[in-house]
Amino acid sequence: MFFFILKRLAQSVLVMAIVSAVSFSLFNFVGDPVNNMVGQDATREQRLEIREQLGLDDPVLTQYSRFLGNMLQGDFGLSYRIKRPVDQLIFERLPATLELVFVSAIIALVVGIGLGVYTGIRRKSWISRGILSVSLVGVSLPTFIIGIALIYIFAVHLRWLPSSGRSGTVDLGWWKTSLLTVDGWRAIILPAITLSLFQLTLILRLVRAEMLEVMQTDFIKFARARGLSERAINFRHALRNTLVPVITIIGLNIGGLIAFSVITETVFQWPGTGLMFIQAVDFVDVPIMAAYLVFVALLFVLINLVVDILYFVVDPRIRLGN
Amino acid sequence: MQFTKLLAVSVTALTVASPALAENVLRWTSQGDALTMDPHSQNEGPTIAMNGQIYESLVTRDADLVLQPELAESWEAGSDGWTFKLRQGVKFHDGSDFTAEDVVFSFTRANHEASDYKEQAKSVTSVEVIDDYTVKLTTDGPNPILPNQLTSIYMMDKGWAEANNVVAPQDFKAKEETFAVRNANGTGPFTLVSRAPDELTVLAANPDWWGKGMFPGNIDKIEYRPITNAATRVAALLSGEVDFVLDPPLQDVKRIETSEGLSVKTVAQIRSIFFGMDQGVDKLRSSDAEGNPFKDAKVREAFNLAIDKDAIQRVVMEGLSFPTGMITSPGVLGNTPENDASYGFDAAKAKMLLADAGYPNGFSIQLDCPNNRYNNDEKICQAAVAMLAKIGIKVNLDAIPKAQHFPKIQKRESDFYMLGWGVPTLDSHYVFSYLLDGEGSWNATGYNNARVNEITKAITTEIDIEKRTAMIDEAWSLVKKDMPYVPIHHQVLAWGLSDAVDIPIAADDAFRPRFAVMK
Amino acid sequence: MSHEQPQERPQDRPLTRWQRFKDNDIIWSFLHSPGAMIAAAITVFSILACLFAPLIAPFDPFDPSQISLWDGKLPPAWVEGGQPQYLLGTDNQGRDMLSTILYGGRLSILVGLAAVCLGMVLGVTLGVISGYVGGVTDAVIMRIADVQLTIPGILLAILINGIGRAFLPLELRQEFAVYVVIIAIGLTDWPQFARVARGATMVEANKEYVQAARIIGLPAWLIMVRHVLPNTLRPVLVIATIGLALAIIAEATLSFLGQGIPPTTPSLGTLIRVGNEYLFSGLWWITFFPAIALVVLVFAVNLLGDWMRDALNPKLR
Repeated sequence: MFFFILKRLAQSVLVMAIVSAVSFSLFNFVGDPVNNMVGQDATREQRLEIREQLGLDDPVLTQYSRFLGNMLQGDFGLSYRIKRPVDQLIFERLPATLELVFVSAIIALVVGIGLGVYTGIRRKSWISRGILSVSLVGVSLPTFIIGIALIYIFAVHLRWLPSSGRSGTVDLGWWKTSLLTVDGWRAIILPAITLSLFQLTLILRLVRAEMLEVMQTDFIKFARARGLSERAINFRHALRNTLVPVITIIGLNIGGLIAFSVITETVFQWPGTGLMFIQAVDFVDVPIMAAYLVFVALLFVLINLVVDILYFVVDPRIRLGN
Repeated sequence: MQFTKLLAVSVTALTVASPALAENVLRWTSQGDALTMDPHSQNEGPTIAMNGQIYESLVTRDADLVLQPELAESWEAGSDGWTFKLRQGVKFHDGSDFTAEDVVFSFTRANHEASDYKEQAKSVTSVEVIDDYTVKLTTDGPNPILPNQLTSIYMMDKGWAEANNVVAPQDFKAKEETFAVRNANGTGPFTLVSRAPDELTVLAANPDWWGKGMFPGNIDKIEYRPITNAATRVAALLSGEVDFVLDPPLQDVKRIETSEGLSVKTVAQIRSIFFGMDQGVDKLRSSDAEGNPFKDAKVREAFNLAIDKDAIQRVVMEGLSFPTGMITSPGVLGNTPENDASYGFDAAKAKMLLADAGYPNGFSIQLDCPNNRYNNDEKICQAAVAMLAKIGIKVNLDAIPKAQHFPKIQKRESDFYMLGWGVPTLDSHYVFSYLLDGEGSWNATGYNNARVNEITKAITTEIDIEKRTAMIDEAWSLVKKDMPYVPIHHQVLAWGLSDAVDIPIAADDAFRPRFAVMK
Repeated sequence: MSHEQPQERPQDRPLTRWQRFKDNDIIWSFLHSPGAMIAAAITVFSILACLFAPLIAPFDPFDPSQISLWDGKLPPAWVEGGQPQYLLGTDNQGRDMLSTILYGGRLSILVGLAAVCLGMVLGVTLGVISGYVGGVTDAVIMRIADVQLTIPGILLAILINGIGRAFLPLELRQEFAVYVVIIAIGLTDWPQFARVARGATMVEANKEYVQAARIIGLPAWLIMVRHVLPNTLRPVLVIATIGLALAIIAEATLSFLGQGIPPTTPSLGTLIRVGNEYLFSGLWWITFFPAIALVVLVFAVNLLGDWMRDALNPKLR
């Protein structure tokens, strides 16, 4: 166990080292950083002075180690565009993204597993067939098209829900949540559904496949032979055995949700980190791009680490295999 | 079945619950948020507009763009400057008094090296305190239009700035965010309650404002939420989430007009859109042509004739523009009907002129264009690409965000570019000095006409209005003949409003909440 | 499966393998799956229609001299105000929608194919090397693949694309936009290919004929290219099909975010983005038709991929 986790940790550190090198190179090779900071009419002396101050004339390795040092303290400098510390910007935007991902994950998991189990058990019913065909369409629908369609139907046409933005936020001091007010929930519904749909179909199909496989195993046949009720077989035995792979899915699922939140946030003007990143790309706001890169990598490394450990705990086969 | 019922119930429950409000809350949106709350740090439209609700200047303009007293009650010109009598009893939001000291401080700050308002403030060489409520602004020579130049120089409290270490605007060298970026202390009708940049800014009416009761506005609270995506912005208005959209896309104007409970206000804007052609360099950077075709007036005329301004107006702008033949709008001193008339559209003649100039098969060139600055900017450029293709000019379009487009022009790195120009002073000098003077900082065309340069200089000090106007006319006629630019149109502003609110539209596209009335 | 073909006639091998490929149960399965047949029909039809767009399309929307602004914003032919020569209407610049969708679809498919090919070449090469050479090389390559697989492709594509654009000087950004997009998407899906190719290689590398080839002193690259590579073909094909659907979506998404193909030569995603601006003003056809085209295209490719996965997976047969 210890060795296993150590190995994973080493891997994670390696990933972070590569990512930080890439984001460091962004600063140095994308345009002239001095040009991004001074006004149009800055003199040559001013430019040289800033180069000096920023240490741009030091050897690359010195610069890199300085960058790493700052990064470890969460210091990515000021955004070129709005002149505010990038780490602060990210932490301000983080609750919006995480809440969106959280709500979407719940929708995707609950509905996905529910429908997956249903279609797995009643594999011949026409409802199952219908759900499955729709799910394939779901995989083929780009997130942004779903978002546009939902806005058009529910916000503009029916006027039931707001079309964009995050409202009804309550400041808890260290976290700004929108999950405590009706307004907040109204605003999060459409983006959360948009974001969850793709993952939902994936989970549905995976759980169904697992269910089908488990239903054909011997121990379900034995259970049936023992005369257990269908209900008991389905839920006490079959579903439970599909849960091991589902845990892995949750990890991947959250990763996927964070990835697609960039698109959802853009369509719905959801003020999270993804929207900030896309805007930064437009303006070539390198400090934000670099910080987002490192931040997302860190998030993924952590998620995978947790999933690996969970998997290790839940599934004895891996433990033995090691 | 159960599930759908449940869904229906919960959706209704969510829709019904909407907060009952006693106060008048105005919720509005536009494309871009203010970059900073520091009033001297960024000279940029949305930033000026946002800060103008919290900070005030000595002189302001009302919705009809007429100069009005704001923090100064009266002013008069002397031989070497202007004297301003300040309004008495004005308090900043933190309770301190507004006095002559603050005016001196604010001009010093606006003239600071890190200020973005140096251009407007630089003619003020010194500010002198006569008494607590009188200041004298000394200028470098007589300046007949100084009050016009002061409408966006906002006044800050000296004590507050010193206490919070923001005596100078945020410097590019700064490692930390300064206090003034997200905090504000002005004298204006609204106070800053909370600010989450690019997300939500909340302002509340200032109960101690000097102008209380003098203006029709009755807004208690303003909630501003920028929405980048144009379609989403309109959706917010259509679904009733906001009461006011400053910049609905033109194609949606009809939709808003025909929606129940919504209306659109339009006004001719003081902003002209045009293409610049660099005739100054010896060899165009992006062209396969030998040398620089733009040096030949025939080529410049051909470009002018090839662009179908009426088609752009009808199809791209949905009728919301005024095709033109000059680069400044009616309302600005110097715009005349003769010069304002468009060069017309004549592709056949344009092709002939190109052939005469030695380019029967045309040439290639890059068109630099912003994609988030003017009404349908990128779409106008796209249309121009097709029109120029018909006379054999192969245009490679490069449409990029304004933050990258404008430096290209200022550094003179573009052969052929789109630019728009508004005139806050309502005087042609503002256009000449930036766009037509050989040394003009935004003149990337290389146009350098000795007489135009001379006039540009002369009208800064010419006090005789008739003589001055004659000179301005002369310069514009020269420009009309020389064609350094391809004028397209003057913009029309369109604001989308819910019927619950009435806001007078202003040609400078600034939202003036002191005139906004909630019904 | 037998591998006793004579070694001295290697040039016949591709032919015989193709023969076997054709004769096996895939065709049988295909002919007995209506879904697969419909999907294949739609896929082939749309790919052909798009590839031959210059021949089919009534107009060339990428040629600015053929566009007339006065024809802009016309509705489809069957709607009041529509004109017969513009069957699906025109966009905001006066481009014929049908032609623009065909050309845009062609661009989307080409970008998708190019990206998948890039990912495939990269992935299979690394995978075969990894499986054949083993040891440290294998460990390094597979660790990198593992790491990359943990980050979702679309996010990586957005990141690589953003970084790629940032590295390019402004003037070249639009010109090279297409290539940046291809590289961004291609670089994200190689690990899938590498994993599969590695697996197949390891199975094959232990077989007697490869051992024999090694003993008679054939160079490693020759063995890999001639004997090992063809055996990775089947599973790689499945991944490539699903990958194509994902790549098309990825391109559309990047373009929709304004980070992909510029609107002068629009892809389906760019068209949807531009059309989206006109959705509320009643010009629904500018966004609706490209969106339908995109969804049908991706759906068909997905369906095909789904069927291929089932057909090639012995467990489900």
